Amino acid sequence: MKVALFVTCLADVLYPRVAQSTVAVLERVGCTVTFPADQTCCGQMHTNTGYQRDAGALIRHHVEVFERALDGGADAIVAPSGSCVGSVRHQHAMVARNLGDEALAQRADLVAQRTFELSQLLVDELNLTDVGAYFPHRVTYHPTCHSLRLLRVGDAPYALLRAVAGIELVELPSADQCCGFGGTFSVKNADTSSAMLADKITAVSDTRAEVVTAGDASCLMHIGGGLSRIRAGARTLHLAQILASTRAHPTELIDEPERATR
Amino acid sequence: MNARDEVLGRIREAIGESEELPIERTYHKAGARQAEAADLLELLTARLIDYKATVLRCADSDQAIAAAVTGVLSAGSVTRLVVPVGLPEAWLAAEHRQPDDPPLTLGILDRAEGVLTGSAVAIAETGTIVLDASPSCGRRVITLVPDLHIVVVRAGDVVPTVPDGVARLDPSRPLTFISGPSATSDIELNRVEGVHGPRQLVVILAG
Amino acid sequence: MSTFIGMPAARGTGDLQGDRPFPQAAHDALADQQLRRNLGYATATIRTKRAQVVAEVEDWEQLREAGRQIKAHVMARLPELLEQLEEQVTARGGTVHWARDSTEANRIVADLVKATGSDEVIKVKSMATQEIGLNEYLAAQGIAAFETDLAELIVQLGHDKPSHILVPAIHKNRTEIRDIFLAEMAGVRPDLTDEPAELAEAARMHLRAKFLTAKVAISGANFAIADTGTLGVVESEGNGRMCLTLPDTLITVMGIEKVLPTWRDLEVFLQLLPRSSTGERMNPYTSTWSGVTPGDGPSTFHLVLLDNGRTSALADEVGRAALHCIRCSACLNVCPVYERTGGHAYGSVYPGPIGAVLSPLLTGMTGGHDAPNDSLPYASSLCGACFDACPVKIDIPAMLVRLRTEHVDLAGPKTAEARSMKAMRWMMSSPRRFALAGRLSRLGRFAVRRGKPIVPLPPPLNGWTQSRDVPVPQGQTFRDWWLDNHGDAR
Repeated sequence: MKVALFVTCLADVLYPRVAQSTVAVLERVGCTVTFPADQTCCGQMHTNTGYQRDAGALIRHHVEVFERALDGGADAIVAPSGSCVGSVRHQHAMVARNLGDEALAQRADLVAQRTFELSQLLVDELNLTDVGAYFPHRVTYHPTCHSLRLLRVGDAPYALLRAVAGIELVELPSADQCCGFGGTFSVKNADTSSAMLADKITAVSDTRAEVVTAGDASCLMHIGGGLSRIRAGARTLHLAQILASTRAHPTELIDEPERATR
Repeated sequence: MNARDEVLGRIREAIGESEELPIERTYHKAGARQAEAADLLELLTARLIDYKATVLRCADSDQAIAAAVTGVLSAGSVTRLVVPVGLPEAWLAAEHRQPDDPPLTLGILDRAEGVLTGSAVAIAETGTIVLDASPSCGRRVITLVPDLHIVVVRAGDVVPTVPDGVARLDPSRPLTFISGPSATSDIELNRVEGVHGPRQLVVILAG
Repeated sequence: MSTFIGMPAARGTGDLQGDRPFPQAAHDALADQQLRRNLGYATATIRTKRAQVVAEVEDWEQLREAGRQIKAHVMARLPELLEQLEEQVTARGGTVHWARDSTEANRIVADLVKATGSDEVIKVKSMATQEIGLNEYLAAQGIAAFETDLAELIVQLGHDKPSHILVPAIHKNRTEIRDIFLAEMAGVRPDLTDEPAELAEAARMHLRAKFLTAKVAISGANFAIADTGTLGVVESEGNGRMCLTLPDTLITVMGIEKVLPTWRDLEVFLQLLPRSSTGERMNPYTSTWSGVTPGDGPSTFHLVLLDNGRTSALADEVGRAALHCIRCSACLNVCPVYERTGGHAYGSVYPGPIGAVLSPLLTGMTGGHDAPNDSLPYASSLCGACFDACPVKIDIPAMLVRLRTEHVDLAGPKTAEARSMKAMRWMMSSPRRFALAGRLSRLGRFAVRRGKPIVPLPPPLNGWTQSRDVPVPQGQTFRDWWLDNHGDAR
């Protein structure tokens, strides 16, 4: 399968290793990965904060870039983010229609139909659960809200994690509870967001997991920021980084952001 | 402009032309669930007990119902029950009856030991008994003020689902749907039985 | 962009707005540890119960869809349905009144009560009368209103405000309720314990005489059936039956959106509502009545149909679906924000996710930075739990996003946020500028030490760093790594 990587602005700039791991996993399972270099951002932050007009320009750009990728032979578009894929699938056409641009809405719908979150692509489209990963650590999984409720990725991430050699997968208490990120919510309602985060951190700590993983770098940035602040034992790693880990090239248990500062 | 015309005008302005949007009923409609009569009564019994009603099973005959009622009276040392005007004669002997005819005052009802009525429909799935103010159910107040309500449910009136029950009822009558004794969830969202309505609900299930 | 602002003249008034923005109110609520524990316990209890009884219903999704369709159908035919309802209620001996807003509704009710000669009324819990502030209005007119629902009674005796649609005293635990009863309830036994059964018994004793002597009752309605003129109240304690049956006069105040086309439609809502609200297969009591029935129940019946901003919400094509709400509270009980802040932080009598959309839809927004109802659409992490729990499938997250857009449009392009969003859009809409920004962000690492910015960030960005470390970009951006390692960027 030929896959165009929709890297997401957050992974591109802040979490390049998440994107590199995504490429590594996809190539390992036989996909040909392309990277449409003109891509920027899906506009989710603008949409969710109320700036639909500004989002419209970004959506148009996103649609044009990935239309070209599909025209160029890509079978699917994949992103290591449930939230960004959720925005592509559930918001792009809606925003275009709100702006009165039906033609763009229809084009956005076509792009959305071929856009998948990483675990969905692997499990539902490629029928894979064992991607040859090895990760000998105690891990708990946080099913981020948009993966869980917007995309309904369901059991796909668990299926992938269960197939990882050496992993000890432990259940996260109250897993379906939001971590409190919510994009600009974490800034506009910082107190409430912090209270939600505190409970998520407690739940993670209660599992005594070494690693908390998820399919969204944004939620992991939030959870990781909280874990780091209290110097908790657990680290965050994106699902792609666990799936990319092999016996030959194991993923190290180091949070990227903290490495330079400690 | 009067309020009526103004509100209706605002609505028309807000929605534009009225249109008939479709309602697809793909859920289990009335008649969709068929159950063995015995299973239906079992389910109803289980649901009623779950919500803290007392359930007595008996045969579907006037004599069996009368015997069950007598059993409840002697068990609770109850001597007289308020009865609606149309309660079958055979269910309770005259000396135990306190007929709502002429209509009993609130004071009398407040001091009454209990009330015995029939019922219009019972819904097995939810453990719900419906009174419809017909002669055997009586005025709404008689099943409200006394603290003990004994209600007779006949097997022929038991239906499987809510849609089955709703279909059998006449909305022009005042209706009371009863699912267990009075209860509240207002303290820490836990259910506690026994507030303003009858605190004891005894169901005589005949059939 | 299509307009979604209703006619200004039709705005809702009454207890639909607090006196400060949500973040400020939430800040204080979050500091109340007792409140956090009470809410955490109660919402966890009800979530579990709801999940169990919903799982029992194999056609739950079909029922939700039917509920949604019926409500959409109602909104599209609202004038005809209300006219039909009025005709049927009138034909069965009732009198129908129309109220444009809370002031008019309050005046109608007070005049009706005065006409009976009574100076007190008993009340069934009703969101509509909460919304219009009826009790306060009646008090000012010399009419005492006695709330009879246990939770409303707790709130009334405690001189408190409701914090939940279904259980207005959810923020109080059993011990606090006991203390309120001991302090405020005349004639209560002094050795009252905090056993819920004893507290319920105390409420029974307290209200018994009131029920048996009241001449006038005021209720809301969960639904009204247009083609039969039938109204219904769904309740648990029997206080509703008392109010609907014992007094001579019954006055029901109902939002215009509560009408249903046919009796049969009840088969859907009698399944959706109890399981979604109290987590029961069926609530203990549901009463329905059509006008007056000679010899059985009140001899006089008045129905007050209330607009109070509903037509304004109706004019918003997306927001219109907020009027589908059946006031079950399922969205409150699953909301992570509500669970932590409680209902008072929302200001309006409608708290939680549905309140965050309904309140601004009813009152309108100003575009102001500190306007309380302008802050509500942002009081959500958009986690989507409310949409999943809603028995009539109201897409609350989409509505919140829509209202944020409306607020931003009202606020105009000159706010600091609008400028920064525009700058971000400018940077992100060009691949060249975006790549450059990614590279420049590498320099940012020098501004962060041990996860905290070296120079304190201005509000609101300091909100992030109060409890979380800041990520620091490492090495190359992905796109630069790709160029170096995969060469061809196609």
